[in-house]
Amino acid sequence: MNKVSFPMIGNYSIPACYLLKHTLDAEVIMPPAITRNTIEMGTINSPEFVCTPFKYTLGTYIEVLNKGANIIFQFGGGCRYGYYFELQEKILKDLGYKFKYVNLVSKGVTEPKKIYKTLKEINPKLKLDRLLYHTFITSKMIKYMDKCDDYIRQNIGFEEELGSMEKINKEMLNKFLNIKGYFRLRKTYKKYLRKLKKVKINKPFNSLKIGIIGELYTIMEPFANYYLERELASYNIEIKRFTNVHYLLFEKGKKTKKYLKYAKEYIKYRMGADSHDNIARCKYLCENNYDGIIHIKSAFCTPEISAMPIINKICKEHNVPIIFFSFDANTSEVGIKTRLEAFYDMIEMRKKNEKLLSGD
Amino acid sequence: MKNCYLGIDIGSISTKGVIIDENNKIIKSDYIETNGNPINAVKRLIESLKKNLDKKVVIKGIGTTGSARKLIGLLLDANIVKNEITAHAVGTLNFYPDCKTILEIGGQDSKIIMLDNGIITDYSMNTLCAAGTGAFLSSQAKRLGIKIEDFGELALKSESPVKIAARCTVFAESDLIHKAQVGYKIEDIIAGLSKSIVLNYLNNLAKGKKIKSPIVFQGGVSKNVGVVKYFKEILNEDIIVDPNSHLMGAIGIAILSKQNSNNKTFDLNIKDIKFETKGMECNRCSNNCEILKIYKDSKLIDAWGSKCNREIKS
Repeated sequence: MNKVSFPMIGNYSIPACYLLKHTLDAEVIMPPAITRNTIEMGTINSPEFVCTPFKYTLGTYIEVLNKGANIIFQFGGGCRYGYYFELQEKILKDLGYKFKYVNLVSKGVTEPKKIYKTLKEINPKLKLDRLLYHTFITSKMIKYMDKCDDYIRQNIGFEEELGSMEKINKEMLNKFLNIKGYFRLRKTYKKYLRKLKKVKINKPFNSLKIGIIGELYTIMEPFANYYLERELASYNIEIKRFTNVHYLLFEKGKKTKKYLKYAKEYIKYRMGADSHDNIARCKYLCENNYDGIIHIKSAFCTPEISAMPIINKICKEHNVPIIFFSFDANTSEVGIKTRLEAFYDMIEMRKKNEKLLSGD
Repeated sequence: MKNCYLGIDIGSISTKGVIIDENNKIIKSDYIETNGNPINAVKRLIESLKKNLDKKVVIKGIGTTGSARKLIGLLLDANIVKNEITAHAVGTLNFYPDCKTILEIGGQDSKIIMLDNGIITDYSMNTLCAAGTGAFLSSQAKRLGIKIEDFGELALKSESPVKIAARCTVFAESDLIHKAQVGYKIEDIIAGLSKSIVLNYLNNLAKGKKIKSPIVFQGGVSKNVGVVKYFKEILNEDIIVDPNSHLMGAIGIAILSKQNSNNKTFDLNIKDIKFETKGMECNRCSNNCEILKIYKDSKLIDAWGSKCNREIKS
């Protein structure tokens, strides 16, 4: 029997697990949560100057291969991520693992026909209608997850009983894993969203708002950004984040042109991966009275590095504070905490001063 | 009765402490070396601050800052624990309310803080390397057999400073050795080193930032007249160095603790408190978090470094 697995990114292993379980008739090995062990194994076997997501995913692959997986999936991307496939396969084969490596999205383009063909090779019994049905449910699941996440991000900094939102979200995700049918899924989502909205929050009228932009993997995998969002929530800050899997899969294609038009005084062409999106988002955050912007990326992320000077310029023009963080396997957590605390002090001081000047 | 506030700045190389009164006036201050043992350094510092202290003084607030702020904050039961950037800005604004730029070079890190109308608008802190900080200067002084106090004076004597490649401490040191072996005069080398620190600072930290005067320079390195001279020369602006420039962080945190005071009286008898730390690796999952447990009089009071919410027992 086939044992399939895939790389770990945030909570999205749940929809991925659902899709593979229902279409491939195979045992799905859930990738374990990323730990220091994962990143150490990834770092040892990676080139030193490769971007950090390579190390994280490679570490996860080694862990799941050790658990007996024989088919592993990768989802390519629009930057260097699109080339991970070949190199990771070679590294893992050199380490002596025997497995089949399947790339569902090559060269950053999603081709439904090709995906169907690849999956059919693994499971000859797969019918198109079955694949479409479960893809539909998976996409809805991702949408619901992201909606809940958005709500949590806006309010988690103000909850009265710490941790209650995270607990509800975890419960919902556990239910999602073994959901049967679309209607059950929708019902579960609505039930848990109601529960989330019932959590008592204590939000002042003019609370601090921060936007997080940057490279997608580091944004979505909390281990890779040292639980930045949790840290920000502990300062009672409302967080706005744009990047999530729903955006990447279903909205990005449509929005690119819109974004380029919106930020046309700063950018004319696409710059690869999410860099042009981030420039437009930065402008959006500046124009919508956000108190600060945090830009995070993995070390050596080229598209984001080229976007940084433009982002810096936008923030200067709008007089919005911004801080850049670059995360690597060897980043010191203490340094990040010190800078983040100072950033918080700075935006809080500014906000107080604004209130004084406006006579509130 | 006189309400006073204690601010302690525990840096990598030195530990600074001040006691201020209600009007932010310094009553007592001291400066000692940390020697890699912050707990011991703070115990010594407090003993020396207590000496000849006015009997009327009552400590109504304690604040800690610097790299060991969390540990010492716990030891002293401080009412505020804040990062160095905020503390330095607050301290400096107390003396120079219209200051626009703060340059700060300390033992292990250097920072630049931009201010506008008494508010921090931008800051940055060195991220990559300790090139151009106090630790590098003092190690080079030791290697050349010069007292760090004479370093600045010696640099002023030079007429043509040599060029030093100061991108990184390792390269800078090999370049320094090379220049010495070729036969350059020692004061020219020292002047070159001072200049390279300024250039390195401006090229890395201050890149893309507008340095507006009034500029205040502080941190341990601000005591080095050679470095001050080259800052003046390269920026072509006047640089203010306060006689208490090394104490600014401590003063700032004392002021913050005053603002945050809840009228509790603090006790400074910490000499006999047994304060221990114990490091261990938690092996309950593959994260293997390094956990530091802190004991006060053999009782576990806190533990740091855990990534999850598992309970830690003594």
